[in-house]
Amino acid sequence: MSADVAVVGFAQSPCRVREDATTSGVEMLVPIFAEVFRACGLTKSDIGFWCSGSSDYLAGRAFSFVSAVDAIGAVPPAMESHVEMDAAWALYEAWAKVLTGEAEIALAYGFGKSSGAELRRVLALQLDPYLVAPLWPDSVSVAALQARLGLEAGRWTEKDMAEVAARSRAEARSNPDAQVSGSVTAAELLARPYVAEPLRAHDCAPVGDGAAVVIIASAARARELCERPAWISGFAHQVDSGSLGARDLLAVPSAAGAASAAGAGPVELAELHAPFSHQELLLREDLGLGEEVTVNPSGGALCGNPMFAAGLARIGLAARAVMSGRASRALGHATSGPALQQNLVCVLSGEAS
Amino acid sequence: MSQPLAESAPLRAPLEIEFDYTRSLGPVLSQFMAALAERRILGARGADGRVHAPPFEYDPVSAEPPAELVPVGPEGTVVSWSWMPDPLVGQPLAEPFAWALIRLDGADTAMLHAVDAGSAAAMRTGLRVRPRWAARPAGGIRDIACFEPCDGPAGAAAGAATAQDIGTERTPGMTITPVRLRYLHTASPGESAYLRGLAAGRLLGQRCGVCGQVYVPTRGTCPADGVTMTEEVELPETGTVTTFCIVNVGYPGQRVTPPYVAAAVLLDGADIAFQHLVLGCDASEVRMGLRVRAVWGETGGISHFTPTGEPDALYETYARSL
Repeated sequence: MSADVAVVGFAQSPCRVREDATTSGVEMLVPIFAEVFRACGLTKSDIGFWCSGSSDYLAGRAFSFVSAVDAIGAVPPAMESHVEMDAAWALYEAWAKVLTGEAEIALAYGFGKSSGAELRRVLALQLDPYLVAPLWPDSVSVAALQARLGLEAGRWTEKDMAEVAARSRAEARSNPDAQVSGSVTAAELLARPYVAEPLRAHDCAPVGDGAAVVIIASAARARELCERPAWISGFAHQVDSGSLGARDLLAVPSAAGAASAAGAGPVELAELHAPFSHQELLLREDLGLGEEVTVNPSGGALCGNPMFAAGLARIGLAARAVMSGRASRALGHATSGPALQQNLVCVLSGEAS
Repeated sequence: MSQPLAESAPLRAPLEIEFDYTRSLGPVLSQFMAALAERRILGARGADGRVHAPPFEYDPVSAEPPAELVPVGPEGTVVSWSWMPDPLVGQPLAEPFAWALIRLDGADTAMLHAVDAGSAAAMRTGLRVRPRWAARPAGGIRDIACFEPCDGPAGAAAGAATAQDIGTERTPGMTITPVRLRYLHTASPGESAYLRGLAAGRLLGQRCGVCGQVYVPTRGTCPADGVTMTEEVELPETGTVTTFCIVNVGYPGQRVTPPYVAAAVLLDGADIAFQHLVLGCDASEVRMGLRVRAVWGETGGISHFTPTGEPDALYETYARSL
């Protein structure tokens, strides 16, 4: 795919447990819309297409995304859409809208008040509704089944997992939006108790509320909005079987397939959406990211995982690295579903095609 | 005037949502669930010869429905497991248990279920397990209450810990999954101010500093401009019906007997109508332009609106709010 669409702006709210925030996301979205508009020199009337990602199950109300439309100021009516997925998929829809020429500038946003209910329990409802969800397997337990398979197959050790967490927390010290950060050794982490053996708390993303926004523009507009746009050189998403017991949980063909379809190639930096420590190890391997690649300099989802926004934020952060000149080629990844079932890859480049 | 919105803490309250998903099972899962009621487990043989248990509805390789369902298990082997020290509401066991991927004998894929092993120390990959059946089949995957180690004593079938909330009458071809979710719902600062106003018998709105429109209820952010609103406006309890519908359909939990009117009411001084009931007259008498007044409930808040008897409002006075 030709790189004629670029990311020109990104903003995210700090990931926190916000008891005062509604599930509509408006309070988290209004400030970051203002921030990204200011940075790009845009107003809401410049946006030709809006697309959001959020979930009614997280909000505990039907059509919850409609309330969030207050934050965009949809009078006169805006061309608007929504996905019940991480907003990385909303960005994919926005990208398609710009590629088709229906919009020149599009904005994708995601928001989630993950703390409104017991998140790991709510996420059981994304599982097979006949054979699995009636048992209420929570998201942490399902990830733990995947982690053990890797441990017993010799693919990683609990120490490897703790080192991912320790490195992520150290990286997050320079990320004011992170929910968790600090200096801790893997040995210290391994001394802590299991929450769902073989997973400990550090292996699991914290539950936090947040929002993220990304603005993309066609080639004609991108250069005037941004000194160094992050050109989207490839963008793809794929899905694996929903049957947990029928797929090989130690491979992520949908991630590798999406990376291949997006023409990922060598990158200097990758922001991976890995809500569990072992999933970063799995993704690094399946995406072919070697030691030379800087992975999750933000601290990643292990240090802040606002549901339905964290995947979009990975792309935003990868784009920011390109826009700031820290990387010439970067990869943003998002995941959805249990145990890395569905994966999306967006490749960003400092050079237009 | 009252305390500025931003300085009063938002209202919060527990919100419990309950609904039963009633799903039709389709040809494959109907057979699977019917077999469970007879304490048998079926798998599906795929085009590649592999047996999937539980069965697939469409072959992941050929996309065809399964040619045949074959008996598997009922014993099986643990492929992977995790330990749940603090079971969540709705999970198969109330005491600590293991989640496991279990490959049933004769199958090539694994089934996710719970294992009542007593302790994490008793769990291991390779452990042989057998199903513990629910005392009374209900027509779902929970007809297997859980699995238990083959080398241990048989647990009580569907003891208190495995009691299901689902209906006890099995309907062939259907499965009912009750969903109960608990939230701590937080109202926005704008909604909170409105609710506090209602409790005090006042109707509060807000004026947008950009477009000047008055919104009721208070909502914090102007939906036209996307800016935070700070100017509070108190509105009278009289208004005009801009449009309405007559509800003729009954539903569980309905508090007013049909036919009755749900209307968009534009309070005097507001720019945006809000929805409420119009009672106190025959449904057939309600019309666009009807002048109405709020009737307050005994426990705070507006019970409904009722006609004032004034002449109807001219169309021009509310046309822009339609």
